[in-house]
Parts: sequence; C-alpha cells; structure tokens
Amino acid sequence: MQRRQFLQQTAAASALVGLSGLGLTSFTTASTKKITILHTNDVHSHIDAFGPDDGRNPNQGGVARRASLVEAIRKENPNTLLLDAGDIFQGTPYFNYYGGELEFKLMSMLKYDVATIGNHDFDNSIEGLYAQLPHAKFDFVSANYDFSNTIMDTHVKPYRIIVKDDIKIGIFGLGIELDGLVEKRMYKETVYLDPTEMAQEMSRVLKEDEKCDLIICLSHLGYNYSNRPEKISDLKLASITKDIDLIIGGHTHTFLKKPTVVKNSEGKNMLVNQVGCYGINLGKIDFYFDADKNKAANGTSIIV
Amino acid sequence: MNYKHFIFLFSILILNSCKKQDVYLNKIEGQQINISDSLEIDQSIEDFIKPYREHVNSNLDSVLAYAVETYSKSDGDYNTAIGNMMADAVYEESNPVFNSRTGEDIDFVLLNHGGIRSIISKGDVTTRTAYEVMPFDNSIVVVKLKGAQVRELLDYLSKAKRAHPISKKLNIVLDVDGNFKSATLNSKPLDFSKTYNVATNDYLYNGGDRMDFFKTNDSLYVLDYKVRNVLIDYFTKIDTLNPVIDNRFIQLKK
Repeated sequence: MQRRQFLQQTAAASALVGLSGLGLTSFTTASTKKITILHTNDVHSHIDAFGPDDGRNPNQGGVARRASLVEAIRKENPNTLLLDAGDIFQGTPYFNYYGGELEFKLMSMLKYDVATIGNHDFDNSIEGLYAQLPHAKFDFVSANYDFSNTIMDTHVKPYRIIVKDDIKIGIFGLGIELDGLVEKRMYKETVYLDPTEMAQEMSRVLKEDEKCDLIICLSHLGYNYSNRPEKISDLKLASITKDIDLIIGGHTHTFLKKPTVVKNSEGKNMLVNQVGCYGINLGKIDFYFDADKNKAANGTSIIV
Repeated sequence: MNYKHFIFLFSILILNSCKKQDVYLNKIEGQQINISDSLEIDQSIEDFIKPYREHVNSNLDSVLAYAVETYSKSDGDYNTAIGNMMADAVYEESNPVFNSRTGEDIDFVLLNHGGIRSIISKGDVTTRTAYEVMPFDNSIVVVKLKGAQVRELLDYLSKAKRAHPISKKLNIVLDVDGNFKSATLNSKPLDFSKTYNVATNDYLYNGGDRMDFFKTNDSLYVLDYKVRNVLIDYFTKIDTLNPVIDNRFIQLKK
C-alpha cells in the first residue's frame, strides 16, 4: 500500500518536472476546505408533505421541497454528500402500491450518495428489497449484516469511500438486530454481526488502512435506550469507539433540538445526530479542514 | 551528477511540497433544517410524483361498498358493530384459504379492540377506508390452542372488559357481576379437552395486548394474508355494509 502511494507520488512528481516552479507554488497554498453532510432517516415512504389538517406535522416534509433545499445547499457547496440512515420503506400507500420503487427513484433524483438498511426495508422480504435495487442509483452500506447467503450478496458493501476536494470520506453502515423485530422468513439468511465489533473494525480500516480524513457511521441502531442500558445504541457506540467523527442515526424516530456532542473512548468530541422521521427535517453537518495542526491538536471546535 | 540524479533530486524537492497536503479537522457546525411549506417545491420532482399520486389516490378512492351508518369501536360494551364486522370478515375471507391448505376449518376469530384504528363513516366505503381502519401491515395467523389455553383466552376476555372482536359463532356470557359464566361455539358448550383453530393477527400472536395464551400452542399456521387485504376483499364482495351489535359477547343485566 505505502509502496504504491510512493510510486504514484513519484510519477506525479516526474510529470511535473517540465513545469518548473509553477507547480510548486500552487501546491503550497493553504486553504480551508468544507465538506457538507446532509442526512435523513426513517422517511418511511413519506413522499408527499403532510396536509394542512394533519394533527401533528401540518404542512411539513415532502420530497419536492427537500429536493429544492438540497439543491440550494449543493449550489453553495459542491462538496456535499446526501446520506440516509434507513427505514426508507413502509408508512404510506406509495409503498404498498409500488413496493419502494418510487422511494428509490426519488432518492436517485435527489442524488443520494449512500444509505444503510433499516428493519422496515425488509418489509417486502429481502427479495422485495432486492427487486427495487435497479431503481437505486446510490449505494447501500452495512458492516454488520452479512448477506453472503442471501440474494443481496455483493449488493451491499461494508463501507464506501468518497473523495471530495481531496478530502477522503469513509462511510460505513450498521443495522439493528433483526431477530424479534422482523420475521425470519422476511430477512432469510441475513446474519447479524455485533455492531460494536464491526464499528471498531471499520474505524480501524478506514483510519489506518484507507487513511480517511473523515469517518461517518450510518446507523439504524437507535439513538438511546435509557431503560435498556445494555442494548447497543448510537450514544453508547459513540462512547466506546474511536476515530468516528459523526454517527447519523435512525430507528427511534428521535427528534433532537441539535446534534449531540459525545466524548469517544479517547476523550475526543464527536457528533451523534438524528432528524426524527418522515422527511420532516434535514440534518446538515459542515466539516471544516485546514492545514493548521496546532488548532486541531487543541481539539476540534464543535458548534451546534 | 548525471541526468538520473537530477530527476531524483528534483522529485524529492517537489514531493515534499506536492505530497497531498495534510489537513486537519478543525471545526464542525451542525444544524437541523425543517422541511416546511416556506421552501420552494422542485417542480421536476413534483411532476415525477404526480402520476404515481394520481394512480394511488384514484385506486384508494374507488368505491367498494356503502356504509349504512357510521361505525365506531366505542359504540358498544362487549361487542361493537365495527368489531363484529372485522372478526366476521376475517373468518369469511380467511377460512377458505386455511381450509384449502390444511383441510381444516377455523373455529373462531379473536382480534383486539385497539386494532380498530379508525371509524367507518356513513357513505362510500373505499380502499382508503381499509387503510384507515388498518394502517398496519399485520397478517392473519391461525393458532391451534388446547382447551387449557382457550380457558385462559376466556379468562382474559372476562377480565379485560373490552369489546375485543370475536367472530359470530362464538358466544361468551358474563354474569351480572362480570365474571365468566358460559361459552359456546356453534351453540354447543366449548369442550376444553379439544384443541381449537383460532385465527388472530400476528401482533396478538407475538404477545401484543398481553394475549400471552397464544404463546402456548400446538401449531401456528401463517396465512400470509394481511388484515387490510381481508377488509378490501370483504368490502369488494359486499354491496352494503350494515353490521350490528349482537349477543356474541355480553354481560347479563340485573
């Protein structure tokens, strides 16, 4: 790996020989880089906005409005990613009529980059999910669902790396335990692996092997289970792992006033966020990078 | 110093500056943006959704039957018109499926009062009505219960004092004090040495509403038939919806 990197760098340097000092100056300018992460979770087939007479969320949500907002943010910062933390399916007749086709097509039109899989995404069984994959022009990640012996084999990767403005962003997925939540005949031979172990493994691979600058976990584990402290949740996972910068959560339909700052196992601050459900909110997290090592050594400043 | 050396030295020089510059995460800003009606609608997305929406709506609003009155689960003490309709619909629509697959018949149906999620309004009954009454995707299962568990079931219903829907061939009578008095199936007393095929939904089978008696069973038959689809099929079959409160589950008056 290191040998290959060295070779690539030498090749690049050799190619620049003829350009004299020009190349040198352009590489030395230090500048701040900004990566914007947009996210949704538990949209549950809510394609249309709630009507004006809705008892809880009148006039909120709706994919067509989300689309214009995402587009405006992308215009402001082209280095933007759009992610979803699962439970895309189930909740309005659109799902019952079209089996998730419209949800995936619209997410593709909004240029979602990566999503993870929620328990309700198995509601038409694993075959039903597989059948809709051709409509999804974005990737699915899950590090703790082993699909090897299912029809989904090779269609879900543990993680994905996206490079924006030379910033290497690693995104891995985690799903909730399916036993007791989804009928076995729906998820078939999907094997649930321990999310904590897989998160530790993923953060090591993404940090040490892949040398990512930013590590994001797309989780459908749930925000927090105060009555069941032994149950793994985003807050718990955040505190017992390291090198993860952001956990984007789902499943518990948790509406937070603002993202939660959590100290990881090394005492460093990171963020856990979730934006409720039904496409009512869009999460927006901006990451600023620069060349100043001293500033970073004093701890990343988090403004929420 | 030959040509090769020169390239090497020059490469080193450039490498130091040209190597991907180390960047450090210095600042994170997080916020949540509400998707409210103050945001513009993306017209291309809206246009894309439109034919899907129109198809779903026209299908949901297609008239299947006519309701003579408005039916609510709060109208009735131990049985309600809407609950009776649901339990009887489950029996009528599920029994042929169960019988064709097993050669046996469903003995009776038990659903839960809380599972009736909406009223049925007087007038047109549509597919949307079925979605309102049953928005969840629960399915019908048939559970083989021994006499002992049927006893527990009756005990549960006596104590619950709620109009949990049962199908019409089952008759349960509580005495004036609200204690269990008698139960018959097809006008014959229940035989607690026998096993019975009880149809219910998978929510209750899995312990919903604490109907724990379903847990101890001889066998489970998954019908793969959603309660909502039972209602749609039933509404499609009938012309007029006219269920009534009857004597299937009553408490004797003083």
